[in-house]
Amino acid sequence: MGEFLLPFERMLESLSPPATVRAVEAGGSADALWDGLAASGFLDALVPEERGGAGLPLAEAGALWQALGRHAVPLPVGETMLARALLDDAPAGPIALATAKPGAGIVVPFGRVARHVLLDIDGTLHLVEAAGEPTGVPGSLAARMRWDAVPAASIGAAPAGGLRALAAILRAALIAGAADRLTAMTAAYAGERVQFGKPIGKQQALQQQMAVMAEDMVACRIAAQLGCAGAFPPSLAAAATAKSVTSAAAVRLAATAHAVHGAIGISEEYDLQLYTRRLHEGRLADGSESYWNRLLGTARLGDPRGSVDYVREAFA
Amino acid sequence: MFDTLSLASLPPADEAIRPAIRALAAEAASAAGADRRVRSWQGYDPEFSRRLGEAGFLGLTLPKRYGGHERGPFARFVVVEELLGVGAPVAAHWIADRQSAPLILNFGSEAQREYYLPRIARGEIFFCIGMSEPGSGSDLASVRTRAERTETGWRVNGQKIWTSGAPHCDYMIALLRTSGSPEDRHAGLSQLIIDLKAPGITIRPIRDLAGDEHFAEVFFEDVDLPADALIGEEGEGWKQVTAELAFERSGPERIYSSVVLLDAWIAHLQRTGRRDDSATLALVGDFTARLGVLRAMSIACTARLAAGESPVTEASLVKDLGTAFEQQLPVAIGDDLAAHPDEPVDAELYRALLYVTHVAPSFSLRGGTREILRGIIARGMGLR
Repeated sequence: MGEFLLPFERMLESLSPPATVRAVEAGGSADALWDGLAASGFLDALVPEERGGAGLPLAEAGALWQALGRHAVPLPVGETMLARALLDDAPAGPIALATAKPGAGIVVPFGRVARHVLLDIDGTLHLVEAAGEPTGVPGSLAARMRWDAVPAASIGAAPAGGLRALAAILRAALIAGAADRLTAMTAAYAGERVQFGKPIGKQQALQQQMAVMAEDMVACRIAAQLGCAGAFPPSLAAAATAKSVTSAAAVRLAATAHAVHGAIGISEEYDLQLYTRRLHEGRLADGSESYWNRLLGTARLGDPRGSVDYVREAFA
Repeated sequence: MFDTLSLASLPPADEAIRPAIRALAAEAASAAGADRRVRSWQGYDPEFSRRLGEAGFLGLTLPKRYGGHERGPFARFVVVEELLGVGAPVAAHWIADRQSAPLILNFGSEAQREYYLPRIARGEIFFCIGMSEPGSGSDLASVRTRAERTETGWRVNGQKIWTSGAPHCDYMIALLRTSGSPEDRHAGLSQLIIDLKAPGITIRPIRDLAGDEHFAEVFFEDVDLPADALIGEEGEGWKQVTAELAFERSGPERIYSSVVLLDAWIAHLQRTGRRDDSATLALVGDFTARLGVLRAMSIACTARLAAGESPVTEASLVKDLGTAFEQQLPVAIGDDLAAHPDEPVDAELYRALLYVTHVAPSFSLRGGTREILRGIIARGMGLR
């Protein structure tokens, strides 16, 4: 565990409580939150030391990303960390990530609260000002964006594997963090809510579901760690494994969290929806489980090794 | 929650033994077809077990003074992974190496350690586990088979069942009631080492639905055992058995039971050149991604063992998720193959598929049922 995780987590606890998350989702200013994050220096976590950053290994940044997920931070902090690592001269303010084809509208996570977008079009990176339409999904921080022509100014080639692979391991870590918080919230609720004269967590039927939730939560954590364990940018196997496993689990985790919470979890005022919406949006962003499974499956079928060797050497 | 389960890697010194065990595993497995290798840790070959012992791959975690190699659980992970990855026949020594030896090391007397451990490490003696009884499956604390004190030691009466490997084994470590009655539950249980050649023991193999005879009924009729058959403390059997089960549940065998079938199916896809079916590609990718994560989870669990813990809850968590994966493989592979009815499936792959499909329910029975494991996890979450 890196030395930075604990102070980072403490900072998020004070900077990004649920009330702040809700205020930003409702259209309030995120400036104070952003200024606090920018002042902490963590935005340059992945920037090499020779360029004035912290030069953290990807694995340590991944742990910070999971913390962002645990606190439902309503800004593209992980995205900005990645963009600042990729850009020699990054602009101030939050930066979102997008991979798009000219003329095709896409949903950009945190597009509503980003000032810039780092855009990968056919393997070339562009830095553009964030401009888009709200998705119309209540509470969502994403925006719908479209680029009809390739922006004139390019800032070079996208990292090997494309920006989407980098965004995918970030998304996996955010899902894993949200899953961690959601599992703790759900276990706590199951211990408090009394029906039939005892806490519902004493019911075997519910315990069985909660156990599966814990399994999925730990699988998400490990998958996200695998995604960030290797090189920057990640290999296809790392990105695919992380995003596929977390995306598939996200749906089950959200379903169980809601099943256990009952009607209160469906209400807007209860914090559960902050996390379950992030699980669903995270799954749909930067390729779902099937998107990455097809890519990984194609690579696997072209490889003569046995399956154990394949996964072992992919993560060696 | 469960923060201790976190990504860990195999130390280079333990990785270094991989080529040697790989060569030995290939020797035993290369001649056998997938339909045989898919039996993996049910495959019995005492000669191979002895070769593993001679080559120093058994008793890896035992101290050298007991014939072991003073390597940690990570080294054992590497060896087990290499053996299971190709479906080498490991059943003969499996229980002794995995859980009987650590049990004897942790709870046995000095004399017991000296007597049993070197021979386990040489692959000369094989053990089975005497837990289940006709009336005691998941409710293990209800065992009725008794060991009564005699002037010279113990006298055992009763019956064990579903004892894997009993027909071939030299010893059983049995969970027996040494005082009180089944109503006393966890109190009054002890573990005894039983020489299966002792008079009064009858072993009757049970044929399974795949035609194999790996498990058996074991009857005890006035079986006299010496006083030093008791392992650990009298009345501490439940505590010891719980620690033993952490060894039983934490290994990579809980994720690799179907991996020979997975590879046989992938080889089939490569042979037929079927690369354009997006459902198939997604399935291959899904299995590959999940296998990678399960392997990392199993290594994370091994790291808890290496840290000297007894990861009872963590092992349950990995085993439950691992066996679900093992059980979904044959279902999905069967569907994929039969979704292409004009594509010939060779006889070996078909037999391997049917074998795994049919025995797969046992994956979440042996070593603790799915429901029991989930109960343990729920306890770890503070729910019970």
